[in-house]
Amino acid sequence: MTSSTIDLNDRGYLSSEKKSGIGAWIFSTDHKRIGLLYLYSIAIFFSVAVFLGFLMKLELIAPGETIMKAETYNRTFTMHGVLMIFLFIIPGIPAVFGNIMLPLMIGAKDVAFPRLNLLSWYFYIGGAIIAISALFFGEGLADTGWTFYAPYSVKTGTNVSTAVFAAFILGFSSILTGLNFLTTIHRMRAPGMDWFKMPLFVWSLYATSWIQILATPIVGITLLMIIAERVLGIGLFDPALGGDPILYQHLFWIYSHPAVYIMILPAMGVISETIPVFSRRKIFGYKAVVYSSLAIAFVGYLVWGHHMFTTGMSGPALIVFSILTFLVAIPSAVKVFNWIATMYKGSIDMQAPMLFSLGFIFLFMIGGFTGLVAGALASNVHIHDTSFVVGHFHYVMFGGTGFGFFAAMHYWLPKVYGRMYNTKRAKTSFWIIIIGFNMLYFSMLILGIMGMPRRYYDYLPEFHNLNIVSTVGSWIMITGLILMIYNLVVGANSGAKAGKNPWKALTLEWTTQSPPIEENFDEIPRVEHGPYDFHLINQENDG
Amino acid sequence: MDNSINIAAEEKNQPLQHDEHRDDEASKMGMWLFLFTELLLFGGLFLVYTIYRFMNAEAFEHAGMELNTNLGTVNTIVLITSSYTAALSIVAVRHKQYIKAKYLLWVTIFFAMFFMVVKYFEWSAKISHGLFPGMEEFLNLPPGEGLFFFLYFFMTGLHALHIIIGSVFIGFVIYYIDKGTIKHDDYVVLENAGLYWHIVDVIWIFLFPLFYLIA
Repeated sequence: MTSSTIDLNDRGYLSSEKKSGIGAWIFSTDHKRIGLLYLYSIAIFFSVAVFLGFLMKLELIAPGETIMKAETYNRTFTMHGVLMIFLFIIPGIPAVFGNIMLPLMIGAKDVAFPRLNLLSWYFYIGGAIIAISALFFGEGLADTGWTFYAPYSVKTGTNVSTAVFAAFILGFSSILTGLNFLTTIHRMRAPGMDWFKMPLFVWSLYATSWIQILATPIVGITLLMIIAERVLGIGLFDPALGGDPILYQHLFWIYSHPAVYIMILPAMGVISETIPVFSRRKIFGYKAVVYSSLAIAFVGYLVWGHHMFTTGMSGPALIVFSILTFLVAIPSAVKVFNWIATMYKGSIDMQAPMLFSLGFIFLFMIGGFTGLVAGALASNVHIHDTSFVVGHFHYVMFGGTGFGFFAAMHYWLPKVYGRMYNTKRAKTSFWIIIIGFNMLYFSMLILGIMGMPRRYYDYLPEFHNLNIVSTVGSWIMITGLILMIYNLVVGANSGAKAGKNPWKALTLEWTTQSPPIEENFDEIPRVEHGPYDFHLINQENDG
Repeated sequence: MDNSINIAAEEKNQPLQHDEHRDDEASKMGMWLFLFTELLLFGGLFLVYTIYRFMNAEAFEHAGMELNTNLGTVNTIVLITSSYTAALSIVAVRHKQYIKAKYLLWVTIFFAMFFMVVKYFEWSAKISHGLFPGMEEFLNLPPGEGLFFFLYFFMTGLHALHIIIGSVFIGFVIYYIDKGTIKHDDYVVLENAGLYWHIVDVIWIFLFPLFYLIA
């Protein structure tokens, strides 16, 4: 009897003593359980989308039709994009780690509106079901690409409306999560935690939440217009009836470019946590990191036009959008500089989360620099709609946000499950993933400069060799991903007990037991030092 | 993990569960943030309206003549008055005048219904002219006029949807006052309903000149 009590206590919020069965999960308003609901659903959609990417690369291993027809290829890349963007990378870090860690990191019992939080997950799942339902009726999955550009999205017979409506519903999920986080951060910080004592991950969620709230409604309304146009034939985007197809692109990117920062900012926040912890040094320029997050959120609003340089916008508009695009690079570079300066003279511990963080910096920098190539007017015309662009955003989004997500998995898994994964296997999987990643996407950068267009199932024979490299890279990367996920699942289920604070970090989530108890803390903690004051703690230990 | 510590922790944890969490500031903040998203939702439509009006100035002007300014004006007055009664009900609750508060909220709902009835007559007049998107006359309109009528139906329709949601919200508030869960020292739900009602009002104040007056 006694031993089972210990075990149940140890499982914290995961304990199934009173709360077992699926109902205890899908009706739970505990932010940690909701976070895990997101994690499991996101993991499923991520795996499906990776598989679709695998099929696309397999198709491209040789010129001509290899395993699928052009039409199928179009649907495959559309579904790959919709799943990855709307179901994995936008909600990814905020919905999983934001939900689980935000209240813990600010010393709160839960988020401000727990029931609303659960409702967001329902919206998420509802949107996902609608997106996938398109498989089973009518003309099948949309073939427009995830951007749903008019006029094609209005004219194609495939189920664009379902995909668009799914994105609309997912927008609600995103808005409600953002609203919840903002209120939580404003109102529920533990005593002593003033704004500039908040962990940087919390700051990044704060900036992200503002973008979620302020940008998402615009795309919601735009997507409804696509549906209205398809159903009623109004001519909203048809010049013959007074409409303008370019306006669709503007409206779409007014949201979807800021959305890129919804994706990357939380990952930057994760890195800002791991780098100080594994360097045992205070973050260099805390305020600079904070303000650069806010600056990215703000300037990121005003750069959407750089997706449309070849649409015939006016000259001055082109120049302004290009300059603003270059401006975003400054706060991003400030962050990279600060992370590197933090590591300087630190005592670096190359644990798996640190490796993934360094991978993030390396890949994000390639992504950032190729972004400048794409953001400059002259070179943009050359590489527009080539696989260079695809390579660029996979470096930023997958190399950035994806690796940030993996770093977060490895960093917080011991807290979430109370168990540790096999660290050696984690490092091995990192190296396999990063080697495969670079083969896969760097080849695409070169191919793009050589002139290979994106979104075709076929290509000229001269592109063959690099495409083989790219496809083989995808196999290596997927092998690494499988190894990593296997390792994490085994670790979460049967790894060694991790203890309260395996990384000796100073943020509040590490002061409660692992996994945390139901309302997080025995008593609400009082904050006396900054989140990265390792020098104070080290002195205490020395003395 | 030490067993005794955990049990102690659990016992200590018990009373916390009975804690009443209440943070009116947080509720209001959540509401304000939600209202931002409402503004941006309509903001996207206002943007589309502005651009298409600029591109099709004459067609918009011509189509705008079709609208009945008198009915629009009546509805504007009705809606502004309803905002006033909603605001008064908050004052009444604060002074423990619950019956007066309920009465004022019923008046608000009555005004909302009145607004919807007028809207019904306006819409059915347009629909009987075949101007609803997708109808025969609609499809034969000159370029640009179709956009006007689409935006008219879409924006006023979305607004009417908000009127209905707001009325239901206020209905719940009346029920809560009845039940006694909204009191003179706990009325944040009423305040939020009021905020929501005001935003519905404000959006109409922009819709009215754009559709009825500019022509």
